[in-house]
Amino acid sequence: MILAIVEHDRGTLNELTLQALAVARDLGDVEAVILGSAGAGLAEELGAHGVSKVHVADHELLADYGPDAWAETTRQLADAIGAEVVLAIGSDRGNEVMAHIAARLDAPMVANVISVTPGEDWGVVRVRWGGSLHEEALVVAPLKLLTVAPHALAASEVGGPQAEVVPFMPSLSDEGVTRVIDRATLAEGITLATAPIVVSGGRGVGSAENFSILEELADQFGGVVGCSRVATNNGWRPHSDQVGQTGTRVAPDLYIACGISGAIQHWVGMMASKKVMAINTDAEAPMVTKADYALVGNLHEIVPAIIEEIRNRRG
Amino acid sequence: MRILVCIKRVPAPGARIVVEPDGQTIDTANLGFTISPHEECAVEAAVQLVEQHGGNVTVMTLGPEGAEEQLRHAVSVGATDAILIPAGERDWDPQATARALTDAIGDAESDGAFDLILFGNESADSGGYQVGVRVSRALGRPMVNGIKGIEIGKGVVTLRRETDGGSELYELPLPAVVGVKEGITLPRYPTLRGRLASKKADVRTFEAGEQPGGQSMVALANPPEQVKQTVMLTDAAAAVDVMEELGLL
Amino acid sequence: MSDLPGGANVVVIGAGIVGNGLVWHLAELGWKDIVQIDKGPLPNPGGSTGHASNFIFPVDHNKEMAALTLDSQAQYEEMGVQVTPGGIEVARTPARLEELARRMTSAKSWGIDSRLVSPAEVSELVPFLDDSVILGGWYTPSVSVVDSLQAGTIMRERAQAKEALTVASNTEVLDVEVAADRVVAVVTDKGRIETDHVVVACGVWSPRIAHMAGVTIPLVPAVHQMIDVGPLPELQATGNEIGFPIVRDMDTFMYERQTAGSMEVGSYAHRPIFHRPDDIPSLDESLLSPTELPLTMDDFDPQLADAIELMPFLGEAEMRYGINGLLSLTPDAMPLLGETEVRGLWSAAAVWIKEGPGIAKMIAEWMTDGYPEIDPHSSDIARFYPYQRTDKHVRDRCSEHFNKTYGIVHPREQWETSRLARVGPFYPRSVELGAVFFEAGGWERPHWYEANAHLVEKYGVEDRPHEWDARWWSPIQNAEHLAMRDGVGMVDVTAFAIFDFTGPGVVDYIDTMAVNQCDVAVGRAVYTPLLTHDGGFKSDLTIMRLGRHHYRVVTGGFDGGRDSHWFKINLPDDGSVHMEDKTSAITTVGVWGPNARDLVSRVTEDDIGHEAFPYGTVKFVTIGEIPAMMFRISYVGDLGWEIYTDMEHGLKLWDTLWEAGQDLGVTAVGAGVYGTTGRLEKGYRLMGAELESEYTPVEAGLARPKVKSADFIGKAAYLAARASEPEAIMCTLTMEDHTSAAGIKRFPTGGNEPILTLDGERIVDSQGRVSRVTSAGAGPSVGKFLLLGYLPPSHAVEGTELQIMYMNELYPVKVAVAGSTPLFDPQDSRMKQ
Repeated sequence: MILAIVEHDRGTLNELTLQALAVARDLGDVEAVILGSAGAGLAEELGAHGVSKVHVADHELLADYGPDAWAETTRQLADAIGAEVVLAIGSDRGNEVMAHIAARLDAPMVANVISVTPGEDWGVVRVRWGGSLHEEALVVAPLKLLTVAPHALAASEVGGPQAEVVPFMPSLSDEGVTRVIDRATLAEGITLATAPIVVSGGRGVGSAENFSILEELADQFGGVVGCSRVATNNGWRPHSDQVGQTGTRVAPDLYIACGISGAIQHWVGMMASKKVMAINTDAEAPMVTKADYALVGNLHEIVPAIIEEIRNRRG
Repeated sequence: MRILVCIKRVPAPGARIVVEPDGQTIDTANLGFTISPHEECAVEAAVQLVEQHGGNVTVMTLGPEGAEEQLRHAVSVGATDAILIPAGERDWDPQATARALTDAIGDAESDGAFDLILFGNESADSGGYQVGVRVSRALGRPMVNGIKGIEIGKGVVTLRRETDGGSELYELPLPAVVGVKEGITLPRYPTLRGRLASKKADVRTFEAGEQPGGQSMVALANPPEQVKQTVMLTDAAAAVDVMEELGLL
Repeated sequence: MSDLPGGANVVVIGAGIVGNGLVWHLAELGWKDIVQIDKGPLPNPGGSTGHASNFIFPVDHNKEMAALTLDSQAQYEEMGVQVTPGGIEVARTPARLEELARRMTSAKSWGIDSRLVSPAEVSELVPFLDDSVILGGWYTPSVSVVDSLQAGTIMRERAQAKEALTVASNTEVLDVEVAADRVVAVVTDKGRIETDHVVVACGVWSPRIAHMAGVTIPLVPAVHQMIDVGPLPELQATGNEIGFPIVRDMDTFMYERQTAGSMEVGSYAHRPIFHRPDDIPSLDESLLSPTELPLTMDDFDPQLADAIELMPFLGEAEMRYGINGLLSLTPDAMPLLGETEVRGLWSAAAVWIKEGPGIAKMIAEWMTDGYPEIDPHSSDIARFYPYQRTDKHVRDRCSEHFNKTYGIVHPREQWETSRLARVGPFYPRSVELGAVFFEAGGWERPHWYEANAHLVEKYGVEDRPHEWDARWWSPIQNAEHLAMRDGVGMVDVTAFAIFDFTGPGVVDYIDTMAVNQCDVAVGRAVYTPLLTHDGGFKSDLTIMRLGRHHYRVVTGGFDGGRDSHWFKINLPDDGSVHMEDKTSAITTVGVWGPNARDLVSRVTEDDIGHEAFPYGTVKFVTIGEIPAMMFRISYVGDLGWEIYTDMEHGLKLWDTLWEAGQDLGVTAVGAGVYGTTGRLEKGYRLMGAELESEYTPVEAGLARPKVKSADFIGKAAYLAARASEPEAIMCTLTMEDHTSAAGIKRFPTGGNEPILTLDGERIVDSQGRVSRVTSAGAGPSVGKFLLLGYLPPSHAVEGTELQIMYMNELYPVKVAVAGSTPLFDPQDSRMKQ
């Protein structure tokens, strides 16, 4: 039986979790754990993703996220229900909680798998190097601890019956020390990682000031602006805007790459985008040849023209 | 304060990774090696902390003999001393790595515990997301990953972690373990004199036995490259047509 | 995405400085339908041009390189991509100070303004330099920095503006197709292009591309390390890309060059680090670019202290970037230019930024006119023999000279690696006689014999008091010379390159190649120039007629490769002439001196008397039991023969002659006599020194009274040269006083020392050619130190007093002979009796 961790932040589901459930379903009967009663409201929809039973763990130390409390609770539940696999999405939290479980059990943990083949020894394929390398590995352990690489598989509904919801009361003592004690919220809710449209700029933008037209284009869709490493290194944009292997990974509906040549380290950060549109003077630039759509020309003319066209159509 | 930073020697990330025909290693002939980026930032963060609060920074790695290059690099940018745990040319699995590091830390702490032990969030090459957590557990110290801000208080450390839409704060009692994420600060470059001094630095060796865990690598492979045809758009209007088709307007 | 045409007049592979220069210069010369291909993107496809330091020190001891560099500077200037911060080479050692004086001398030769400066003056120019660690410097205000990528773009665009060029970037060459030794097409991942002309301008990848056509381009991709150090407030304050002169710290093999707010520190001091063209990563497999590989810091570490010592402010600055940059090295450190053994396939490889546009122009002229304006003698790819193109030879030689990039290289300097590769049959005897071997076209050739040391005292030969002048030299050379003139000498001339030509078309063919009449009686031999189409010297050699349809060509060991290629590319297409290289089949010993006839007649039954065996003829004879061919000729001015036999008979031939000459005073005589002292006394010209494509036979004094009726290559230009007064005349000069300012006798090496008026002015002829020493050496039999050089007619007057500059000092010289009359035995009576 498979136990999937449903990642949420004080009741808000991390949608990526549903991708992990798609993997879990192929492995066997899926039960899920929601850590903290704040997430209890998520239980109902999980049936549609193939979850038969949802354990809602409640404890005062689960009031907000804390890796130790989440890990210890999950460990106790897995033990209690005789889970064969504990699985989570390979997000910051997912990987962290899984590592804490693994450390507690001194058991192996496989991060960012894209396929799992049960057997005597379990075979897995996981991604390394930010997605540019696949590793085939064997796992030998009574309880398999896996995280699923984000964006490797699409989430899908299987139209299952509503999941059974059962409470779980963990026994926690000193696990609260690593709990979130405070938080600061950005003014807007949309971030690079979650924006439906990312307008990204690279060397071709030319200066910090020139990013204003990219901001303006992003604003047309409620999108956000990202950048390549060149833009960060030149001081045009903060590091937090950087998309790429060492920056943020994004998977928007549309990624508009303006004046970005498309070096591999950038590509691995945005290759999960559903569609890519490149705007570049060089028709031979890797970004242009790899994109779904390309406009060859000067971005300083094309971007304002697109903005104007959108405004015209919207009247 | 005493800070330990655990680092890993990795092939310099950025280029296309090519797997050797045997499927066991990647071709590093033209890549060169570096400190894994998160850990490079951890070294810088540690050096800044001791510049602020006094103390010293020890760097430790488990890896091939060549990893001495990364230890010396850390010294060239401000670390005080360095410990190498020789592990041969092959990667040890995360459990074996954590066990060896735990032993080496125990040895290094014979004259007192480190106030902070910093790890990178995950290594650039294998990306296991777990060695630091395992070590913290073995040492019985609290740990949080993904940290982009560290502030030292009285007996505590306050950590900031970025999330979608904001950031979270954690406060851990010292001694503690922190998983640092790139972007916490910009790593400095070595000065020429720093580089020269690092050549003379003493790199101690700690011999640890390999105690493998339950995960073993079978083979590496490059993912199949997606082939797709680019649609060339002639003007801005065509671009907006696409946006309409995608239902974005 | 441009469509690749299916055909082209010429395909230029490579979009670095050379390829870009070529497409422009070809377009300028009228070429159309040029296609330029590069595997990488533009403007920086990822080759060596993309990471070049881009600075140009114009002074070079080598005339060809100096001319190409000056031409390149002029081209960069015209394109507006050059700034001129000046440059200083600093000396930390007395030996280096002398080298800087030598560089002053070369600067004078090429008319480049430069001056020696004191340590204090250096630190005035470069205030952050610690002048206490240097002894002095050499400042050249015209040292420049160029934008080679921008230059490339400009040159491509100019060719495109002429509608002559299609550029295909991101296009990989998969094959170069050859049919019947001719290039026919280039196959790329975007299509096949049929063409008659392909230029390989692929820098470090050139061997890989040439290999597709079965051609070997002997270069090795080698690492040159550089780091970027900064930011430095002193440099940021200039507000310039470059505000201070570039400093070359010659004795540590490093340079420091400002790039905006930081300092680029480059090194040629590290161990040679070589790569293989096939192993260079592709663009996407590279962190930075295929030719900017990760810095191997351990190799750079030893240079850090040197850099800080010279410029202390570097110590506290940060190393922000560093690379193992790849550049092209060749076995002799010269470029690889010209048509390869595959017709239509040209090499334009191993070219650096400083000479790139000049070389591009040179090759464009070469492809268009048959020969370029600047003589490509020392960079012609045909100079390399097959063994010199092997991987091991290339790597060994490049390893040896890499650290000499900033080294002090003597004009006579000999290689240490890859020796004993070509050894003739006399070698064991030479070793027994204590031969000191110099390399000649790869052959081990005795330069002098230590066994003759006793002759130094006998003839009272003085040593040279200055180590530099005496380096790679021995007074034994002069003693051997005098012994030969007194008795008889045996000279190992196995290094000759020998080609046999046969077939029904051979008489016409040889006539087409040679200036002088070669349709002579069987048994006659002719010394003749070969000319370029412009009437300049291509070669000089002897041609023997051995049969009605059989000629044998004998040329110098240094020139065999180039001459072989020249003969081959001019062979008639109809197959009526067959060429065979006999170099490795035949060995040669020269026997010269007043006793030469006595010696040889003791071991042969054949009549070798003056009447029966006149000068300039060839006879097949038997020497002892050895069949041999004797050629009555002399390059040293004494009676005698070149005696040819099959390689395997060589040792027996030597021993037979040697034994016969014991009571005739036979002396083993080295190439020091053959190539220098004997030759200079006779005023004989040497290809590559006096003879080059920029001068005509008329100017060299080698024009015969009559011109043959048959047509030959360069005839029109030759006739024109004869019809007008020469604008320069080859002269023999004597050195009138050897004493330097320090009071010691100096002996110039003959390395392009400028010949000056008594006012110290350079002498330049009406075509802009400068008068300089082309050869120098002792004339033991005339008691003078001799110099050869071209002078304009106004100065080419016997008795004219002039000066030469040597190591930045002036010495008086006098014109002894204007023209080709020998100084020693002007009537040639010793040779022709």
